Amino acid sequence: MAKRAAIVGTGQTFHKSHRPDVNGQELINEAVSRALLDANLTMKDIDAIIIGNMDHFEGINYVDCWSVDGSGGTMKPVMKITTGGTTGCTIAIGGYHLVASGMFDKVLIVGWEKNSESDTSGAITTAFDPIWDRLVFAGAISGLAAEAQAYIARYGATDRDGARVSVRDRKHALNNPHAQLRKEVSLEEVLASPMLADPIHLLDVCPRTDGACAVIMASEDSAEKITKTPDWIWGTGNRHPYAYLGDADYGRLTSMERTAKEIFKKAGIKEPRKEINVIELYQPYSFAGIIWIEDMGIVPPGKGAEYIWSGATDMGGELPINPSGGVISCNPIGATGLIRCAEAAMQVMGKAEGRQVPDVNHAVSTGFGGCWWTDMILHGKKKPNY
Amino acid sequence: MAENEHIVIESGEAAQPFNYAVGMYGSRFFKELRENKKIMGVKCPTCGKVYVPPRGVCGPCFQEMKEFVEVGPGGVIGTYTILRFAFIDPETGHQKPVPYGYGFIKLDGADTLFQHYIDLVDEKKVRIGARVEPVWANERKGTIKDIQYFRVVE
Ligand SMILES: [Zn+2]
Repeated sequence: MAKRAAIVGTGQTFHKSHRPDVNGQELINEAVSRALLDANLTMKDIDAIIIGNMDHFEGINYVDCWSVDGSGGTMKPVMKITTGGTTGCTIAIGGYHLVASGMFDKVLIVGWEKNSESDTSGAITTAFDPIWDRLVFAGAISGLAAEAQAYIARYGATDRDGARVSVRDRKHALNNPHAQLRKEVSLEEVLASPMLADPIHLLDVCPRTDGACAVIMASEDSAEKITKTPDWIWGTGNRHPYAYLGDADYGRLTSMERTAKEIFKKAGIKEPRKEINVIELYQPYSFAGIIWIEDMGIVPPGKGAEYIWSGATDMGGELPINPSGGVISCNPIGATGLIRCAEAAMQVMGKAEGRQVPDVNHAVSTGFGGCWWTDMILHGKKKPNY
Repeated sequence: MAENEHIVIESGEAAQPFNYAVGMYGSRFFKELRENKKIMGVKCPTCGKVYVPPRGVCGPCFQEMKEFVEVGPGGVIGTYTILRFAFIDPETGHQKPVPYGYGFIKLDGADTLFQHYIDLVDEKKVRIGARVEPVWANERKGTIKDIQYFRVVE
């Protein structure tokens, strides 16, 4: 029995570079408690839990098992999903599948990470083939740098274009009390920051963060009883394009293009730039803010930088991107995709406070994974007619 | 390469408790690399795409591949970066020497990119589309390090 499903509550920690005052399950509990409060529900109302992170990061596996005191999962169905960088978005999609199946009415979705407890580059390396992919590998940044170089060679973008995206997101983060980095940066500061891997400077990339996020989804049987403003899920999708790092088409995010086309077609969205009101893009570095909006179909290939410079994606512009400050301002990796989803939901529900975009009918949230796979969710104010 | 022959991935004095199989396709690749300085790809009978490293199945076609083809050894830089920040190499436990050139090499005759080091002796010449050739190790052991790095040629 397929059901429509909606997000009815969200909760986040105040994300920081280091949270030694809490362990993993206590961190998780902060987000879960806030989501329950937001939805005005208790754990008794929750029928199942989906939880995820990149468990090789902390070297502590099976968060589904050891976190039950904090997640509220004691004697409930708990399942873990982990898909690398996309984890936070995939758990939201998994929760949606459970609710939409009609088998669970209210599902709690939890993403978390304590990056301060890990060696991120070392852990990311374990996701790649030991024989073919690791000789030159340098964590997440090497593939992203190769993407930016390929895009620059193809379309003539510059590192100044990338820096403009960092300036936008860091400015937006000032409006979000949950973001980790809440200090404006200038174009000159981004360009003068140390070059990590050409053309990526330190201020072009995401930080490492401790944080958790929780989202509650409910079926159409109860969503409107829980809240007057549910965030309806209009479509979800994901795509995995390659086996080895060298197989990718550098300079284009094909997985994003295919996912976006599938979802927009299903929802009847013909002009995404005009019909979508806000995007929370899983954008781990600045150039992705140019390249991936082209792949999403917001602007044609090669036109991303021009669109960014026009101010259209700033707060108050035609299509604000990352009102939360995005991943460049805050990145507790297993939670990062779910934060995108929660922030998009808050925009639709009118709960985004100082970072609220007016009159949001449709929002998009995405997840990006290590390297070149995409998850995406289309959110909407109205109940979908399918 | 005999079935019980092992590739040694050097981790310095660090030991790793893993024993990976490279399969028949990987074995053929490393044998040709060590014994004949040849780089082997494999071609999909359906779409014609030539993959390096070789593997059993073309994912998009979901088609078994059996036709090995020699590629390279020269090619062009498909994309690249220059790694400048110091990090601990999890393969060795030691800091990776930086800067180094990280190349995605489009070997002649291949449709995918082959990852390897690019020599930075003349950094300005390292750019997308530049022609490169492999510099072979003096002693070839049947590992990816039988190629020391690629260098830009005029
Ligand atoms: Zn094929």
